[in-house]
Amino acid sequence: MDFGLSPEQEMLRETVGRCLAETCPLDHVRACADSGSAASDRVMAALADIGLTGLMVPEAQGGLGMTLLDAAVVAEQLGRAVAPAPFLARSVLAPLALVLAGSPAQQAQWLPRIATGEVRFGVAIAGIVEERDGAKVRAESAGLTGTALFALDFADADHFIVADESGRLHLLDAAANGVERIALHTIDATRSVGELRLSGAAAEPLAGDGGVAARRLRDAGRILLAADSLGAGEAMIEKAVAYAGEREQFGRVIGSFQAVKHMCAEMAARHEPCRALVWYAAHAFDAAPGEAALMACHAKSHTGEVHRFVARTATEVHGGMGFTDLLGLHFWFKRIGFDRQVLGGPERVRDEAAQLQGLTATTQ
Amino acid sequence: MNLDYGPEYERFRAEVRDFLDRNGQLAPDSANRAARPSAEAVAWQNLLLEHGYTARTIPREYGGYGAEPDILKARIIAEEFARAGVPGGLSNQGISMLVPTLLELGTEEQKRRWIEPTLRGEVVWCQGYSEPGAGSDLASLRTSAREENVHFVINGQKIWTSTARQADMIFCLVRTESEAPKHAGISYLIFPMDLPGIEVCPLKTMTGHAEFNETFFTDVRVPVDQIVGLRGQGWFVANATLGHERGMLGDPDALENRLLALIRLMQEEQVGSARAIDNPVLRDRLIALQAEVAAMKYNGMRVLSGQIKGEPGGMAKLIVKLQSCELAHQISALAIDTMGEMGILYADSPRQREGGTWQWNYMFQLGLIIGGGTAQIQKNIIAERGLNMPREPRLAQEASSGRKEVA
Ligand SMILES: Cc1cc2nc3c(=O)[nH]c(=O)nc-3n(C[C@H](O)[C@H](O)[C@H](O)COP(=O)(O)OP(=O)(O)OC[C@H]3O[C@@H](n4cnc5c(N)ncnc54)[C@H](O)[C@@H]3O)c2cc1C
Repeated sequence: MDFGLSPEQEMLRETVGRCLAETCPLDHVRACADSGSAASDRVMAALADIGLTGLMVPEAQGGLGMTLLDAAVVAEQLGRAVAPAPFLARSVLAPLALVLAGSPAQQAQWLPRIATGEVRFGVAIAGIVEERDGAKVRAESAGLTGTALFALDFADADHFIVADESGRLHLLDAAANGVERIALHTIDATRSVGELRLSGAAAEPLAGDGGVAARRLRDAGRILLAADSLGAGEAMIEKAVAYAGEREQFGRVIGSFQAVKHMCAEMAARHEPCRALVWYAAHAFDAAPGEAALMACHAKSHTGEVHRFVARTATEVHGGMGFTDLLGLHFWFKRIGFDRQVLGGPERVRDEAAQLQGLTATTQ
Repeated sequence: MNLDYGPEYERFRAEVRDFLDRNGQLAPDSANRAARPSAEAVAWQNLLLEHGYTARTIPREYGGYGAEPDILKARIIAEEFARAGVPGGLSNQGISMLVPTLLELGTEEQKRRWIEPTLRGEVVWCQGYSEPGAGSDLASLRTSAREENVHFVINGQKIWTSTARQADMIFCLVRTESEAPKHAGISYLIFPMDLPGIEVCPLKTMTGHAEFNETFFTDVRVPVDQIVGLRGQGWFVANATLGHERGMLGDPDALENRLLALIRLMQEEQVGSARAIDNPVLRDRLIALQAEVAAMKYNGMRVLSGQIKGEPGGMAKLIVKLQSCELAHQISALAIDTMGEMGILYADSPRQREGGTWQWNYMFQLGLIIGGGTAQIQKNIIAERGLNMPREPRLAQEASSGRKEVA
């Protein structure tokens, strides 16, 4: 029995962490955010160098064939660095969709090109979690029609995986006729999401999909958002502790005041078990599929709650400086806010968790 | 990540299950609450001792089972007993604190004399640490032991002494050198509770029961060889084993069992014509707690894996007492909210649910948040040891810490 990361996973964590420390310091994040680009070419190139575009692509198709726990290890580092790097949809969910539901021909056509970074996928599955503003996508003989909100890794995606209202997945060329793309600006300038307005856009259904694959994607997405939040939360706690060790008031560092220490201790105490929960959820995704949906709900909702607390408290420890743009703390604050809501906020996800266990008679 | 225990361990698990299938009905109703154990509980304890399901690694010559330490086997025993809903033998301060202290620092004679009867439930102990003026700041204790020929003569007062009325013996911290600095000059003595000059007065708690006591010492004479460790080293002796007390308070299996009981309650409890669990707000709170219990469970597995590899527990271990005690209290709080007005019924009231255990727990768990090092003391430990934050300036000068500041 060994609960925890393998030596290879520890190495992956270190490699990605080091790579991001070199390529993605805060001023670079700020520059990307200010320029309105949620993707840093420099960071993306460095991550591609260590093979991350093919992380989830099977080895037979030229990728690394890794597990969701590996992906979670990477996501945590991206969150820690608030990296403007499309990863979730492009490098994890899209290849996963093809592996889960693509025909052999579809897999052969797309997976190797995902691994090399030659094609860039976005993923639009928000509709299967909840329908907002009446947005939904219908699959008709003429093609896809309707609206898909919150397509992930949206900017400069050349293809999309889109879930229709029945939960079936489709491959869509972003340049096809009948596709209108509208970027959505969010609080988090390090990520890009958008809206697809489709009117009879030609698309290809993923062959082997009866609607199950989209739910697997949703679970994977939730786990990785939780992992991202884990990294962002960890960074915020570290920053708060470091600041508290430097800033002086009343003739001593504020970190020697118990009120401040207790704020930090509480953040750490609530944050630490999230790590084990996210690891287990990611592990279950591959090793215990029966538990995966529930564990994804738990990981997503619990980190969402804990890291909202961490985000506000770490900011508070920084006093007025925390509230300014000067320290850039808000990049982590906003990233955590993004992670909390996307693919279902805590209340919504807990409701699903209750349904999944058959604990309740009411339906959503 | 590999969560398999492997065939050897699964065989062991099957053995434990088989034992529980055959003998589970002999177990006493509920884990005994650190009181004088019933005949039933003593019989169960002896059966477990014989099979090595408790005191497993304690040497045979001291009444244990003498097995090699094996963290996984210990874990499997805990898991299977929890799954079967069967108490895992006696857990009291004698077993959890005095026995490890003697094993580590006792003389050969002390080990042979006290460990076996303690394990068998024949000798019940109480812990005499806290004083009215020395709680979190335990090192400021004042109960004195003056040496006179072959005796220490003890005068002073202890408080919050759990089970002092039922106890045969006490392990007690006393000041043997009155002029020594705060953390020096303390000695660790063990002596019978029926010596002349010891008076025990029950202290009723908010649960309505007298779970602990005030203990007064007037010229109590204890032979000088009843000291554990060296004279003046009592602080060190007590600290060597304080961690065991805290380990007792963060058991994830216990949390899981309470949560399952809560789910049953919420499915059974009707409000109007609906089940409580169908109330969206209550249900939301339940699932939030379920996620937290899961997080503590996997955090526990992480700590366990670290122990197997011989790594220090780190932050994952430091947070357990704080988080678990708080979580346990919140689980009971939700049970009471689920019962609504029924949640105030207590003490054999008609219409009371489950014998008032939720109410009792809700109150008693508040005690656990305070005992064994308060939530604030735990946060100090997390900040100073886990996050390396600076100590309070005055404490830094004293160069040491309050009582429960032991990782
Ligand atoms: C159920 C229960 C069983 C117990 N059993 C035993 C027993 O068998 N034997 C025994 O010896 N003792 C026992 N105790 C005593 C227990 O160890 C003490 O109650 C505990 O250590 C706190 O000490 P205190 O009660 O004096 O509170 P105090 O130390 O007076 O604390 C009061 C408040 O001040 C806060 N505080 C104190 N110091 C600090 C600080 N440095 N920083 C921040 N806040 C601080 C505390 O957190 C608390 O909120 C038991 C207690 C309980 C509740």
